[in-house]
Amino acid sequence: MAKMNMIQALNSAMDIAMGRDTSVVVLGQDVGFFGGVFRVTDGLQRKYGEHRVLDTPIAEGGIIAAAIGMGVNGLRPVAEVQFADYVYPAYDQIVSELARLRYRSAGDFHAPVTVRMPCGGGIRGGQTHSQSPEVLFAHVCGLKVAIPSNPYDAKGLLIGAIEDDDPVILLEPKRLYNGPFDGDPNKPAVPWGTHPKGEVPADHYTVPFGRAEIVRAGQQVTIIAYGTMVHVAAAAAQSLQLDAEIIDVRSLVPLDVDTLCNSVCKTGRCVIAHEATRFAGFGAELAATVMEHCFWNLEAPIQRVAGWNTPYPHAFEWEYFPGQARIALALRAVMEPR
Amino acid sequence: MPTRSRLHVPAPPARPGQPPDFSYLQLSPAGAVSRPESTCSWRETMATATGLIRVLDDGHRATGPWNPRLEAADLQVGLRHMLLTRLFDERMVRSQRQGKLSFYMKSTGEEAVSVAAGMALQPGDMLFPAYRNQGLQVVRGRPLVELMCQLLSNTRDMCKGRQLPVMYHSAAANLFSISGNLATQFPQAVGWAMAAAIKGEEHIAATWTGEGSTAEADFHYALLFAAVYRAPVILNVVNNQWAISTFQGTAGGEQNSFAARGPAHGLPGLRVDGNDFLAVYAATRWAADRARTGGGGTLIELVTYRAAAHSTSDDPSRYRPKNEPECWPLGDPIERLKQHLIALGEWSDARHAALSGELDAQVGAAWQEAVKYGTMTEGPRLDRDLMFEDVFKELPEHLRRERELLRAELAAPV
Ligand SMILES: Cc1ncc(C[n+]2csc(CCOP(=O)(O)OP(=O)(O)O)c2C)c(N)n1
Repeated sequence: MAKMNMIQALNSAMDIAMGRDTSVVVLGQDVGFFGGVFRVTDGLQRKYGEHRVLDTPIAEGGIIAAAIGMGVNGLRPVAEVQFADYVYPAYDQIVSELARLRYRSAGDFHAPVTVRMPCGGGIRGGQTHSQSPEVLFAHVCGLKVAIPSNPYDAKGLLIGAIEDDDPVILLEPKRLYNGPFDGDPNKPAVPWGTHPKGEVPADHYTVPFGRAEIVRAGQQVTIIAYGTMVHVAAAAAQSLQLDAEIIDVRSLVPLDVDTLCNSVCKTGRCVIAHEATRFAGFGAELAATVMEHCFWNLEAPIQRVAGWNTPYPHAFEWEYFPGQARIALALRAVMEPR
Repeated sequence: MPTRSRLHVPAPPARPGQPPDFSYLQLSPAGAVSRPESTCSWRETMATATGLIRVLDDGHRATGPWNPRLEAADLQVGLRHMLLTRLFDERMVRSQRQGKLSFYMKSTGEEAVSVAAGMALQPGDMLFPAYRNQGLQVVRGRPLVELMCQLLSNTRDMCKGRQLPVMYHSAAANLFSISGNLATQFPQAVGWAMAAAIKGEEHIAATWTGEGSTAEADFHYALLFAAVYRAPVILNVVNNQWAISTFQGTAGGEQNSFAARGPAHGLPGLRVDGNDFLAVYAATRWAADRARTGGGGTLIELVTYRAAAHSTSDDPSRYRPKNEPECWPLGDPIERLKQHLIALGEWSDARHAALSGELDAQVGAAWQEAVKYGTMTEGPRLDRDLMFEDVFKELPEHLRRERELLRAELAAPV
C-alpha cells in the first residue's frame, strides 16, 4: 500500500497498464513532456517514450478520432481531454463513432478507447472549467461511464477502463484531485494522506464497472451520490446526525441497480445528489429507477439535489455548487413524517 | 531508404536547461517581401504567405513596399496603447498574486499584434478577439476601470459575474464576447462578415486565434466559408510559438507557415513580423482594403513570441528554457517602435519614461476605483439573483423557482 492523491493514483494506473501491455498509448494536449496541466501523466513520456505518450494538436475531435483509428488497429489508447468543458468538439466522434462502432459492424470492429477528463467545479474556473457533463455520455448507448470519488477507486476504475474492450468515459472530479472536499470552501484543504481511500495498492488491481459502493451503512435514509458529492453528502448527513446510508454510484453505466434499490427499499427514503444541473440530469434516471423498484417502500417523495439550471457562474461559485445546506434541506424534507 | 513507416513526433528546438535555438524561424530582411496590389489574385500571395513581411530594419528605419508611411503622431498613439496594455498586464498579474483576482493572462511581447491591427481598422468593424488581445480593448477606448471590474467579477462587471477574467465584451465598441473555448469565434466572424455582405454594409469583421488553436476544426471551417463566400473578414493567427507547453510544430508549423493555409483554400496569405508595429499595420490595411472592395477574406499570420507565462496558472520554466524570451530574434514590439520614433527624432528616453509614469499612474488610479466596486475577497458583491438572468431572454418559471430555493437555502441554518 502507498499513500496517493487522486492524481498519483491515476498516474499509477496508466503506468501499470503501460508497463503490462505495450499496446497502451496515452495522447492529449500537454500530456507528454509537461505531464498534463494537472500533472496526471507526469513522467509517463520519459518512461515509455514519445511514441507511446503523444502531445497532440489542440483538436479534441482529432484526438478522439485518432484514438478510434489507433484502437481499431490494435492499440489501447487513453485519451485526455484537458477539461470536460472542452470535449464538445469531440462529441460527434464519441457519439456517432466510438459508441456505435461495435454495434454497426456487428462486432467486427471495435475501439477500446478510454477517454479521461477532469470535471466539476469548486476551483473558481468559471463556466469553461467547471462543467459536469456526465449525462451527455450516460445517455449514449455503447459507452461505459464512471466517476471516482477517491484515489483507490480512481486507480482501479482506470486500469479496468484501459483493459476493457468497450469504450469508457472516465470523469475525474478535479476538486478531489488533491484531497476530499466536504463542500465548505472556507475550511483548510485536507490531503488524501489522512483518508482511508488515500491508501492505494502500488500494483495492479481493478474496480469493476457496474458496482456501486456503500460508503456508510445506515437505516434512516439513503443518499445516492457520486464524485465530489459523496463527501459533501456524508458531511451534511453527519451534521444533521442522521443515520444515513451513503452510496457512491461510481459506475453510472452500467448502473448497479440492486445496490441502490436494496438500500432504498430498506430505508424507505432517498436523496440523490450531483453537481450537474438538475433538469434531465443523471439524477432523473436514478430517481426513476428507484421509483420503479421501491415505490411501495417509499415513505416520502425522492429528493434531488443538484446544480441550478444555469451555466456555472464565476462569481457565484458557492451559491451554484450544491453544498451541505442544499443537501440538508433535502434531507429534512425527506425525513418529514407523512 | 527506410523500408517501413516511422512516426514523426515534432520536438521544440530547446527544452529547459538547453540553449534557446530559433534557427527554425524563416526570416526575411526588412523590405524584402514584395507587396502585391490588394486586389490581386490569391496566387500572387504565395511569396507573402511564406516570406516575412517586415518594415522596421535593424537600424530602426522604416523600409520597403509595406511601409505604411504613418504620421509620427499616429506612431506615438500606437506606442501609448502598447505601453498601456503592458502596464495594465503587469499590474493585473500583481493583483492576481495578491489574491484579488482568480486568474489572469498577459499579452506581453504581443502588444503590436492587437494595437496595430486595431488602429488599422475602423470603429464600425466588428472584432472577434481571443483572450490575449487586450490591446484591442485599449485601442477601442474601453475604460480601464470597466476592464478591471470584469476581472474582479464585481458589482460593475459587464459579464455580471458569469465569466472568467479577461473574457470581456463590449457591444457598443463592436468587441464580441470572448469565449473560453478555443477557435469558436473564428468561423463566427466569417458569419458576421457574410451578413455584412448580404446586407450590403461597408463594415468588415476581424478575428484572432493562437497558432495552437488552428488545430481545431473551427479554424478550417472559417477558411473554407471565407473562401467560398468571399466574406469581408480578416483571419489572424497569432503565432507566438507556444500553446501552453506545446510548440508551434505540434500545430503543424514545422511543415509550412500558418499563412500558407490561406492559399491552400484560395485565400491570400500574409506572414508578418508580429513585433513590427508598422508591418502589422500595413498588412491589416492591405487585408481591410481588399475586404472593403469585394475581394473577400485574408489569412494573416503574425509571427511573435509569448514572452510571459500562458496564464497565472502556468510555469513556463517547466517546458522551455528560462532565457528563451530574451533570445527571440524579432525583439520587443514596444522597444522597436520606440527606437523607430527616436530615429525619426520624434521621441526620446525622457519622454518615454514620462509616458510610462503617466500611464502607470492611470492604471493605478483605475485600480483604486475598480476595487471600490468589490474584489474576490472584499467589498460589495453582485446580487445573487443575477445568476438566474440571461439564461433566456425572459426568466422562465423553473428558474424563478430556483431563485426562490436559493434564497431559502441561504436563509436556512446548516
Ligand atoms: C476547445 C478548447 N480546448 C482546450 C482548451 C485549453 N486551452 C486553453 S488555452 C490553450 C492553449 C492555446 O494556445 P494558442 O492557441 O497557441 O494560444 P496562446 O495561448 O498561445 O495565445 C489550451 C489548450 C480550451 N480553452 N478550449
